Amino acid sequence: MNYVWLILMVVALIVGAINGNLEAVTTAAVEYAEVAVDISLGLIGIMAFWLGIMKIAEEGGIIKILSRAIRPIAKFLFPEIPPDHPAIGTMLMNIIANWLGLSNAATPLGLKAMKDLQTLNKSEDTATNSMVMFLALNTASITIIPMTIIAVRAKLGSANPFEIISTSVFASTCATIAAVTAAKLLKRLPGIRKSNPNREPETPVEKGGNNV
Amino acid sequence: MFNTFAYAAADTVRQIAAQTAAAAQESLFVTIMKGFSNLAVPIVLFVVIVLGFTKKVKVYETFISGAKEGFSVAVNIIPYLVAILVAIGMFRASGAMAYLTQILSPVTNLIGLPAEALPAALMRPLSGSGSLGIITELMTKHGPDSFIGRLASTFYGSTETTFYVIAVYFGSIGIRKTRHAIASGLIGDLAGLLMAVFICHVVFG
Repeated sequence: MNYVWLILMVVALIVGAINGNLEAVTTAAVEYAEVAVDISLGLIGIMAFWLGIMKIAEEGGIIKILSRAIRPIAKFLFPEIPPDHPAIGTMLMNIIANWLGLSNAATPLGLKAMKDLQTLNKSEDTATNSMVMFLALNTASITIIPMTIIAVRAKLGSANPFEIISTSVFASTCATIAAVTAAKLLKRLPGIRKSNPNREPETPVEKGGNNV
Repeated sequence: MFNTFAYAAADTVRQIAAQTAAAAQESLFVTIMKGFSNLAVPIVLFVVIVLGFTKKVKVYETFISGAKEGFSVAVNIIPYLVAILVAIGMFRASGAMAYLTQILSPVTNLIGLPAEALPAALMRPLSGSGSLGIITELMTKHGPDSFIGRLASTFYGSTETTFYVIAVYFGSIGIRKTRHAIASGLIGDLAGLLMAVFICHVVFG
């Protein structure tokens, strides 16, 4: 993230200077800072609502039932999470909300899932493998009906605004598979493995030792 | 002469019939899915509250104690979202996108991604509203049913705004070291884009 941010900022400033756009660049900084605050504060109400509901779901045992229902898949995607952990049930609810295009519910549920995942994290500020996997599922998320783009297509007079559903679902399924595979493979890279906050401190008994 | 005409006519009719059938089927599917989406939240709320009550959960008190944390979660996100949105906003305003498009266009031409659609593809992981704006512009210019319009719609519908999701999700719990999250997300975005180009060539090409 450090490099991504550095590159975005430095390139913006240099290119802005070359193009004589620096004023627009600084204006954008101010504008987007406000947008960021608006978005964050706009989450308060819906966030409180879903956190309240999820607390009832947890105490009523529903989250546990959900966690148990998908144990085989969960074991494959999140080997680090103990079975029956509430994080699995919350993540499942977030992913279903994404499929259904319920973005108002998906974000609060996703943030609740992150909170549950954080309880399994031995560090405060470093992502665990499970978190990265969950985000991989989210950033490539499958939406069965992408309503936003369908609405735009309809407004612009498309003969069949829905015709992109099947192509979108296909592309996003591939994107999800790729992101999950990447998250699974990248965690084995030496640097990434070393930064794992939950890694076992024992002296490594190398399994293969064939890292190039 | 007449024969050719008749065949052509018959073909057109068959095509139209197939299209209407497909459209009707799709709309039925869409209706069902929409109904399901609309009902999902009410059903979840009903089940959670009623089941909680039968399990002797004090529903009101429990709701309040959970909801209390809503404020702090939202406030936690602010610094993370400011950092990433400001950087993206400055990047867009500087005009750097145009250079990036120029540099990458030879590569994307090779895979069959039209140069006009490239800025939208590059913007997709950075900014949801930004890419939607570019795609709306593209569709206004080329028409929503053009190849570019369909392709852009497909890749808009197929991935999320990676940087936004990462900032918000990690921000809410104070994670600063994101490890391989960005790489995994971007690999997913790239795969989604390539497969969108592929499937659009197959289906609409």
